[in-house]
Amino acid sequence: MKLELKNLYDDFRDADTIKAFAKIIKEDAKKLKNPINIMEVCGGHTHTIMKYGIPQLLPSNVKFVHGPGCPVCIMPKDRIDHAYVLSQQEDAILVTLGDMIKVPGSNGSLQDARAKGADVRFVYSPMDCIKIAKENPDKKVIFFAIGFETTTPMTAALLDAVIKKGIKNIYFHINHVTVPEAMVALISDNKAKIDAFLGPSHVSVISGSKIYEEFPRDFNKPVVVSGFEPVDVMQSISMIVKQFIENRCELEIEYKRAVNRDGNLKAQKLIDTYFQKAQNFAWRGLGNIPGSGLKLRDEFREFNAEDIYRDILPKDKIDDHKLCICGDILKGIANPPECTIFGTACKPTTPVGSCMVSSEGACAAYYKYGNLI
Amino acid sequence: MNKTVSLACGNGGEENNELISKVFYKAFKNEILEKSEDAAIIHNGELAFSTDSFTVSPLFFPGADIGKLAVCGTCNDLAMMGAQPKYLTCSVIIEEGFAIRELEKIVRSMKKELEVNGAVVVSGDTKVVPRGSVDKIFINTTGIGEVLKKGISSNNISADDVIIVNRDIGCHGATIFAAREGIEMSSSLESDCASLFPQVKALLDADINITAMRDATRGGVSAVLNEWAKQSNICVEVEEELIPVSDEVSGICEMLGFEATALANEGTFVLAVKKEDANKTVEILKSFTNSSRATVIGKVSDIHLQKVVLNSSWGTKRFLDTPSGELLPRIC
Repeated sequence: MKLELKNLYDDFRDADTIKAFAKIIKEDAKKLKNPINIMEVCGGHTHTIMKYGIPQLLPSNVKFVHGPGCPVCIMPKDRIDHAYVLSQQEDAILVTLGDMIKVPGSNGSLQDARAKGADVRFVYSPMDCIKIAKENPDKKVIFFAIGFETTTPMTAALLDAVIKKGIKNIYFHINHVTVPEAMVALISDNKAKIDAFLGPSHVSVISGSKIYEEFPRDFNKPVVVSGFEPVDVMQSISMIVKQFIENRCELEIEYKRAVNRDGNLKAQKLIDTYFQKAQNFAWRGLGNIPGSGLKLRDEFREFNAEDIYRDILPKDKIDDHKLCICGDILKGIANPPECTIFGTACKPTTPVGSCMVSSEGACAAYYKYGNLI
Repeated sequence: MNKTVSLACGNGGEENNELISKVFYKAFKNEILEKSEDAAIIHNGELAFSTDSFTVSPLFFPGADIGKLAVCGTCNDLAMMGAQPKYLTCSVIIEEGFAIRELEKIVRSMKKELEVNGAVVVSGDTKVVPRGSVDKIFINTTGIGEVLKKGISSNNISADDVIIVNRDIGCHGATIFAAREGIEMSSSLESDCASLFPQVKALLDADINITAMRDATRGGVSAVLNEWAKQSNICVEVEEELIPVSDEVSGICEMLGFEATALANEGTFVLAVKKEDANKTVEILKSFTNSSRATVIGKVSDIHLQKVVLNSSWGTKRFLDTPSGELLPRIC
């Protein structure tokens, strides 16, 4: 038999399976004592949920709270301003991932910087920086590294290669953040209405399911580590509903095809070699979350663009827009359409708040796909 | 609107529309232009007139090259108005250092494609610019066609029409992305680039009651359907599972984070035809090799005016919006 790409996802988008899970969830949900709010932490899940219209398949007592897990959305403006300033350096090529280049900072987006003549490129793999650096030996390639546990190993692997190959013209501006700290910050707010979590499977492919053990144990919140296809999400919701009706509170893995407790130890070691915890990272929409960011270890200072360019990088912190209610949306207190600037001043082409920034943000997903019943 | 033009302004989607309406329509405003059809209908409705510029990179790609594209693009715009392509102009801007052999290859493909359309190039212009001023070669073609059937317009679609596509979508966009990103696949994926006039002619000869046609170039099928929803003040309801997408195109979309409906096509068109002619239309289209997967994909309703609604096979609904931004991959 020939293995094709579609074999990896076809069955996980099967209409009959999705409908069967919808039926099971509806039946089980009748036994729920109280309505439940499930937070999907990751923007990839938000995208799946809105794209496949999953809320339309759920009973009224099972609801989603769309979480903060989109690395592009949570990037504060002052960090984007760093990238903008770096891109303006005459001998610099600024490299980053995907839709990071369209997010506006105070002076505009990286796309705008490129239109004005800056050399800004996006890559699918950070390793592409090596090719760019070799083709441009007289330029400084600055990799604006973003993302959660999923992309951190790629940045670490790039730095590893840069050191081993003795490449002299690649630098790093690190904006990596970690998921569990943000989840703790969210549920520590008393107003937050989150009863259970859908954990992103790709994070756990790297970090294992163990990173979520504290949630059922210390916070009484069930977690199901879920894949990204609609069947995965439906099965995970069903697992969460069953935990509630059976009075269980556990960490379960739905995405058993690639996740175990310990994760990818080699990747974890690579991250640990090059990164250490940063004291703070100011998440757009949520503010400072202690211990949620990573930075390069001191011994790799010579690769740290933030250090090398510290004299020219803006230092001011930029507060979120006053009218934006992304913080409340992320805590499950409000829905995107309740925001006064939703769809008017704040649109995907001119995002004000974090949730409108990329298609993985809750507001952008509502705007793009509608919330049709 | 931004102070500078960004790449997103050329995406065939939202930013593109904004640039056109706020800069060009504002200055050139007239009744014909404002109809926003694929080709302008002039001279008492007897002639169709259209222009297009071609800047594709790479110049040669699986299924076609910039030359074939330059003829198909303009001729298709004429064909979409029910016109037979007749006379074309051809302007080229060439970068210093460009190989004559490649130029000859491009011109040969243009000639071949002109024959398919029964059209001729009757005027041209050649400019050579210093290295770096253009990327190898840019081609502009402008064409005049003779309208065979009057009254085809994107402004008159109603609930009496059904929506049809002639083939599987997104092949051109996926081919170009795969070529640019250096993705090598064990597949037969190639651009759908083709002249559509023969198919249009067959439909007209069979007296099919065509309300509107549009080739789904930049912005893909979703841009066409959204333009129609707005221009005709209707809701287009599409059944997602009916939209033909090849495995290769789905695969590229999976890997790069795109939607097939937003990918560009160069030989794919969307039709609005009267319900009673739907089966006959599909049958005629299917007799062409390129269009063996022609099918009805949706209908016209009034549930969300000026919007396109996608119905899933498990009973949910969502909007299919106009693509916006540069086509960028989602990062996770």
